[in-house]
Amino acid sequence: MSKEIKRSVPTDSEVILGILNGSKDVLETVYKAYFPMILQLVVMNNGTDDDAKDIFQESVIVLYDKVKSGNFELNSKLKTFIYSVSRRLWLKRLNQLSRNAGRISDFEDVLPVEQDMERHEEKDLQFRQMESALMHLGEPCKTIIEDFYINNKSMQEICAKFGYTNADNAKNQKYKCLQRLKKLFFQT
Amino acid sequence: MKTTERIEAYLRGEMTEEERAAFEQLRATDSELDQQVVSHQAFMDQLRDYGVRHKLVSDMNAIHETLDIDEIKSEVIPQRSMLKVLWAKYRINAAVAASVAIVVAFSTLLSTGYFAKTNALNSDYNALRRQISKLTSIQRTQSAQMKDIAGIPSLPSNPGQYGGTGFALSSDGYLVTNYHVIKDADSVYIQNTEGQSYKVKTIYVHPQYDIAVLQITDSNFKSLKALPYTFKKSSADVAEEVFTIGFPREDPVYNRGYLSASTGYRGDTVAYQVDIPVYEGNSGGPLLDSKGNVIGIINAKQAKTDGVTFAVKSGYLLEALDAIPKDSLKTELVLNKKNNLSNLSRKDQYKKMQEYVYMVKVYQ
Repeated sequence: MSKEIKRSVPTDSEVILGILNGSKDVLETVYKAYFPMILQLVVMNNGTDDDAKDIFQESVIVLYDKVKSGNFELNSKLKTFIYSVSRRLWLKRLNQLSRNAGRISDFEDVLPVEQDMERHEEKDLQFRQMESALMHLGEPCKTIIEDFYINNKSMQEICAKFGYTNADNAKNQKYKCLQRLKKLFFQT
Repeated sequence: MKTTERIEAYLRGEMTEEERAAFEQLRATDSELDQQVVSHQAFMDQLRDYGVRHKLVSDMNAIHETLDIDEIKSEVIPQRSMLKVLWAKYRINAAVAASVAIVVAFSTLLSTGYFAKTNALNSDYNALRRQISKLTSIQRTQSAQMKDIAGIPSLPSNPGQYGGTGFALSSDGYLVTNYHVIKDADSVYIQNTEGQSYKVKTIYVHPQYDIAVLQITDSNFKSLKALPYTFKKSSADVAEEVFTIGFPREDPVYNRGYLSASTGYRGDTVAYQVDIPVYEGNSGGPLLDSKGNVIGIINAKQAKTDGVTFAVKSGYLLEALDAIPKDSLKTELVLNKKNNLSNLSRKDQYKKMQEYVYMVKVYQ
């Protein structure tokens, strides 16, 4: 039923190294190597192309998180891991949509990934909370916070970008924004 | 604000050695400050995680844009066969078509009386109700009916006109016919031998004895002269000579025969078996003995056999009349007790009788 997917696949250790180094090339290789497998899984089990995209990207996030936290054991194959995570995610989605009675046609071997899923769900929740808090924060606060804390820009750059006359004003503004963000984040 | 600034400077490693040492000392003694440091750090971590994941997703989206999804799909998804594709596409249409076919088939069977036929007593038992074909000549009607008797089911239920025979019970407009003649009727009319039609209503039916009592409701109807015939209470004797008048066609038809058995179809005690030629349309006609007593009502014949006719016994007619609830009758139904036919020749009996025998016309 499933066709053999022939693509150049990097070795797992290369990928893990690349993830730790934040290499874009490795991300691209991983994406191109494993997305077809997940597309097959999802589309053959009542999903659309977009469903496949969401599920695959979420699995990559889980992989990155696991690798970065140092938990990825090289004895489980990367491919199998991505497949297992995607499979779990898709089953869950199917159950939510009640399109499926908990069965799925498989194309690959499956690993138990319960622990990773639990951890992912927790992190995912935090991510959504932060996303919604930032969204409600509004401009210019959102950009100031993102620039300073995420993109690691200096206060001088931020001053210049927003046209603050001195760094103290900018600091003041940043402080207020951070307080509001905290409030929004812990509210939800 | 000052505190937050200091916590931030501390966490980002922007403090000088001395500042750092002072802050750490303070932190060790002030548990509230320590709490703030920890929660700020946790929040910063979450913010950073958010940033990392956000970047990862946008990187992936950029990669995704470069992919040719359709090409990948054609590689990994096995092509479904043409038949499967068609089935997936048209299965709802197919289901609808199938249900329509089923509904049509069953409604056709229903409307053509396929199911009604199975309820009839038996296929070789023909009730003698006549279906009137509007446009045919008398001859054609008759010849067609002669063929009909051979075996075409007698209970077609297409909307149409049916005909039978009925005769007077009293001079003030009560008459009797067979239940099967007027069954399912919307309206019933009778027509006398002179061609006058009257509307009648059904007063009482007794399906088991196949008897229906009608009353003329038409204001044009004038009371008849006293009935010349009487109704026999006791059973008639086998071999008794009998005659009947009926409407197997547009005009009254006389027929004679003899009583051949004291029970009807398959030993039915309600009826006699009579050897007399009758046709569809004779149903409801009076069966009289040679003295002019009504001994029965013609109601059926055995199919594919000549001269086996059945007639409901007059005793059961009288029983049915007694069973009519009193409030169904506008005027009391008094049966004639004086017979004026007994000494007449058959020709004169027929002449006197024919005014009291009607064609029953049924509209559905």
